[in-house]
Amino acid sequence: MKKLINLSLVIIGLTTAAFLGGRYIEQAQGTSGADVFHLYNWGDYIDSDLIEQFEEETGYRVVYETFDSNEAMYTKVQQGGTGYDLVIPSEYMIERMIEENLVVELDHSRIEGLEHIDPDFLDLNFDPGNRYSIPYFWGTLGIAYNEDLLEGFEPESWEDLYRPELADSILMIDGAREVIGIGLQTLGYSLNSRDSSELQQAADQLTELSPNIKALVADEIKMYMIQEEAAIAVTYSGEAADMMWENESIVYILPEEGSNLWFDNMVIPHTVQNEEAAYAFINFMLDPEIAAQNADYIGYSTPNQTAMGYLPEETVEDEQFYPSQDMMDNLEVYEDLGLEYTGIYNDLFLEFKMIK
Amino acid sequence: MTRQRKLLSIPYYLWIVLFVVFPVLLLLVQSFRGLDGSFTLTNIQTYFTSQVYLTMTMQSFLYAFLITVLTLAISYPAAYFLTQTKHKQLWLLVLILPTWMNILLKAYAFIGILSQTGFVNQLLETIGIGAQQLLFTRLSFLIVATYIEIPFMLLPVFNAIDEIDGSMVLASRDLGANEWQTFRSVIFPISLSGVRSGIQAVFIPSLSLFMLTRLIAGNRVITLGTAIEQNFLVTQNWGMGSTMGIILILIMFAVMYVTRKRRKGVPGR
Repeated sequence: MKKLINLSLVIIGLTTAAFLGGRYIEQAQGTSGADVFHLYNWGDYIDSDLIEQFEEETGYRVVYETFDSNEAMYTKVQQGGTGYDLVIPSEYMIERMIEENLVVELDHSRIEGLEHIDPDFLDLNFDPGNRYSIPYFWGTLGIAYNEDLLEGFEPESWEDLYRPELADSILMIDGAREVIGIGLQTLGYSLNSRDSSELQQAADQLTELSPNIKALVADEIKMYMIQEEAAIAVTYSGEAADMMWENESIVYILPEEGSNLWFDNMVIPHTVQNEEAAYAFINFMLDPEIAAQNADYIGYSTPNQTAMGYLPEETVEDEQFYPSQDMMDNLEVYEDLGLEYTGIYNDLFLEFKMIK
Repeated sequence: MTRQRKLLSIPYYLWIVLFVVFPVLLLLVQSFRGLDGSFTLTNIQTYFTSQVYLTMTMQSFLYAFLITVLTLAISYPAAYFLTQTKHKQLWLLVLILPTWMNILLKAYAFIGILSQTGFVNQLLETIGIGAQQLLFTRLSFLIVATYIEIPFMLLPVFNAIDEIDGSMVLASRDLGANEWQTFRSVIFPISLSGVRSGIQAVFIPSLSLFMLTRLIAGNRVITLGTAIEQNFLVTQNWGMGSTMGIILILIMFAVMYVTRKRRKGVPGR
């Protein structure tokens, strides 16, 4: 009994010490004071040197939190109680957040440097006039493959992924819209289809793809491709850029049928506590030199046309990452499907995962 | 005395109401909510008419069952021999040690071990069998899940066997039973209480192991946990997610019922 009491006291003592220690560190670093800036972003989606530079230039303390899907981010922001000052979601989610008043309208007089952004990336359907969002990065979904492992075969389309010789060799991104989208685009339908028969056909089509799928994973794809665990991956352009950096045999292509074009923009969520810092961060990121450094580090394509001048020529001229107008016309942007069709897409996706 | 006891029990009642009863009620209410927030029975109807959800439940059940059988098959002999060793508490500590490590770290370690260029495949190459696809298979999922669950089975079984009064074993031997008979008619029946708690501690969490299904099985094994996560985080269909949560709770009750202590059949302590 005495032993038990002693043990409990030790545990309580340690917990209290850890709690107080944590509080002390937080205060010492100023993560709970007034000049703190809460940034909520995708994992591995900013050059960490830039966070330090931002802290030095502005004096704000950055608390950086990450999410791994738009939906997870949405749930957290919508539930409130989070206090994020700036979030970087994708276009279809921004559309939904605007509709549901989860984002704050921007005061354009406080934004400097918007003129650096390529007009192609401004005033888009999901946010006319950029009243709520400022472009951060953009990119595509495509096929990354390892030349050595495929021994001469070069996939050029979604269709090519169905080949029997690719059995059990494709790593697929774990996302309902991405995967169902491949089925839809193989058949020549829109990525935003709300037609039950089209969706059913896409799902049937994907059944044939299933034997070729090795796994459906997320961020791990990068690691597996670099280690040559698999020969082919369906992944995002920036992820592919990282792979190519680490493993020279990897090539990234945009499929012939077309693919998904996406934009990640900065928005100020309704949970904002430090608006001043949020604008400072937006302006910081619009600076061409900063944007170039970030793009060079992350590997996604920058919407900042002045920044492109600071990037290596081979990067900017690479058609797989900065596609020509012809190729761009072939790409399609996701629209918010609404809850009902989001559910249908996900149920079909779940069904797809269950095959095998 | 009784007043003091009542006062002392208040925190426990509060705890149970706030953290057990209230959340389950909330889940139950939520499970009757449709996408538009109205009160409806569609979730339950969808669940029982959906081929996908029913197969998924069966699969979850099957995998949880296999994981439990495997852990029991490994843990029972291990626990039995542990009680016979000299420094049993030390050995037990060694076997329990992996629970001190975060489950994610263990999963990532297994990715390293099972990958194409991992340790196991290097070994297979050296002995001439050649590299195999190990990661993203059902087998590797079962192996890793079993490894992770073993301590939770081992501990209760070990305690149950360890608590057995040594004089009982002596008496059994004295009355002419050989070692096997002693084990079968004395040790095993008494240790069953530990086996029951072990089964409950392993089976129930195994029903919804969704992280391992992605990391180790590459989403080629789908359990109810995957669907619940999707309904809460992606499709925002909290009603459907709650319905599946309720179904998990019901399965849990069923398991508790099947593994409950029976008065007849098993000789009591």
